[in-house]
Amino acid sequence: MRPALLDLDLLWVTGKGGVGKTTTAAALAEVAARHGRRTLVCEMDAKGALANAFDAGTLAFNPTMVAPGLDAMAMNTEDALREYLRLFVRIPFIGRIGPLAKTFDFVADAAPGVREILGVGKLCYEVRERTYDLIVVDAEASGHIVSQIGAPKVIADLVQVGLVRDQTQWMLDILNDPTRTGVAVVTTPEEMPVTETIDLLGRLTAETGAHPSAVIANRVLPVLFSRREQRIADRLDETLPILTNAAGSGVATVLDAARLTEQRRQTGAGHLDRLRGFLDSAPDLATDLPIITIPELFSRASGPRVVSLVADALTDELDPSTYADEATDEGAGR
Amino acid sequence: MSDLDNLLASREMILVAGSGGVGKTTIAAALGIAAAQRHKGKVLVLTVDPARRLASALGLEEVGNAPVRIDPDAFAADGVKVRGEVWVAMLDTKAGWDELIRRHAPDVEVRDAVLTNPLYQNITSRFIHSHEYLAMEQLHDLHATGEFDLVIVDTPPSRNALSILDAPSRMIEFFGSRLLRWLTVPYRSRLFTVASRPFYQVADRVLGSRFLQDIADFFVLFQAMESGFVRRAREVEALLVDPRTAFIVVTTLETAPSHEARFLAQSLTARDMSLGAIVANRVLPEELAGSEAATSAATLLELADGELARDVAETLGGVSVKQTSTVLTQVAARFDDLALVAARESDRRSELAALAPVMLSVPWMSGDIHDVAGLALMAGHLRGTD
Repeated sequence: MRPALLDLDLLWVTGKGGVGKTTTAAALAEVAARHGRRTLVCEMDAKGALANAFDAGTLAFNPTMVAPGLDAMAMNTEDALREYLRLFVRIPFIGRIGPLAKTFDFVADAAPGVREILGVGKLCYEVRERTYDLIVVDAEASGHIVSQIGAPKVIADLVQVGLVRDQTQWMLDILNDPTRTGVAVVTTPEEMPVTETIDLLGRLTAETGAHPSAVIANRVLPVLFSRREQRIADRLDETLPILTNAAGSGVATVLDAARLTEQRRQTGAGHLDRLRGFLDSAPDLATDLPIITIPELFSRASGPRVVSLVADALTDELDPSTYADEATDEGAGR
Repeated sequence: MSDLDNLLASREMILVAGSGGVGKTTIAAALGIAAAQRHKGKVLVLTVDPARRLASALGLEEVGNAPVRIDPDAFAADGVKVRGEVWVAMLDTKAGWDELIRRHAPDVEVRDAVLTNPLYQNITSRFIHSHEYLAMEQLHDLHATGEFDLVIVDTPPSRNALSILDAPSRMIEFFGSRLLRWLTVPYRSRLFTVASRPFYQVADRVLGSRFLQDIADFFVLFQAMESGFVRRAREVEALLVDPRTAFIVVTTLETAPSHEARFLAQSLTARDMSLGAIVANRVLPEELAGSEAATSAATLLELADGELARDVAETLGGVSVKQTSTVLTQVAARFDDLALVAARESDRRSELAALAPVMLSVPWMSGDIHDVAGLALMAGHLRGTD
């Protein structure tokens, strides 16, 4: 059965900088493609990270195939403007508007929401045209995502007349429909990313109309030991002479590593508990907003290899039956 | 004196840069404490968005541009010895903009017209990397007051670490831009220039003339402040290459942040800006990557099933041999995971070290830092006195 998250038409993937947003977006797109969804993944900030994830050279505004059933593109305001003018304003000889596009760039810099709405508009247009079953957006970081997804709302509020104003409504219809558009917030089990996630979840729907559909916890360290085993692990230092005698002088470092790993795991688990506590108590959020976890991979690989490993991890996690299991586990744990 | 002490002694302004999530804010605060530990005088840390607990540890309960001094008792209570004073301030973008408008407005009418303009708030919050620009404006101001011996700025998280370097020139460009000239043309003369006509028609159809008029009104007001803004932006731009300024690039040794740090370090050098140091944060112990530990881990893995588990269980007393064996197996098997990460980190650290005169490392610490003692510990690592 296909995971519900991938049944959307448009999935925004955001999160604090450095949490693995691009890899997660790429992996979600790959999972969707594996399930037979014609999928487009789009990088919004033109940093080239998505191209690296697929080892695809440079991505352009025109989608290129990066895997079977999976296309990738990079958003570009000027190209979006050209396409917009060609499609909606019906201006021929687009080449002649080159310098105008540049000037428009300045307007877009200054006028609220103009640059953003071109990008959002392009994505909504693709949704409306149904060229793809699913569009996964490697969106702006959580600090900027509200102004990005919220652009049509801002424009609708600020601009009284004109073509752009007229066109915000159909975009809002797509963006505000939780069965079509969702936002996945990626975090790591660390203080600032979790705090930003909580902050964003609190503001998202009120300020943009779009709905969060999942929280994805990336780089989560696994629980290695049962409680009894953990007690043994905590006391291994007492047996250092025996261990050193048997396995050499490097054992002390091996034990240090085990302690460090456990400390990192516990610190992270504390932050994830805080996140769960928020999700459980937030009245406005869908009560079944899942936390999907991607384990720390400790992989030496990068690029497509990592995307594929994360996609494997996500495939298990996204299986709807796992949500139910998780709920039961937690119930039993408490 | 350590490498860092020299840097903190010889500069008056330090810009802490790097990609998001690497601990820039914490490092900036720790640098402030490091400076006060070594030198007398007043150091100010201008921060952008500290975690709440860190903010309250620093005495920053509320957002505000006014610097507050960290209570000397807070240092004493944690057994931290400082010779100088540490002050902190939090960047408030909205207040910063209001301040700029008040300063550059030619008269009260323009000032009030801008501050009450409905587009003003919306535009300034998104306007040409305004966070970055304002952070540097503040640096300029605080340095110019002469009240502080050293000002350390924690730069705002941005989409691109380079955008902070370009912020002043973007501001200057904006005032000289065709956009501003074009927007203000209808006011000077009702006749459009031939060049602007087709664009105006397109823009008019797309955005609606009312919206354009609103924008134009706003920018006509803004243009009255041009000379003041441009002069200041030039001064701020000059600050970036001032010999009294140094950049400290902060990163973790993970793939993406290291990549960004390398790019940033190279760009600084290419622009004749002074790169003082690179700080690698949350670094794993280097011994992890060594062969001694790897050999021991491999041996331990082989022996974990046999007598060794029995000996260990016996020494601990009252624990099961089977569980002890499981623990030893896991500890040995999982060692490779962390060792791999450590090896990769060590590689990246050498790459980065070649780019800067000073390379500093702060080890991974359990828990987040949210008190003066934790910052002092970090300062010790930075100064190499831990």
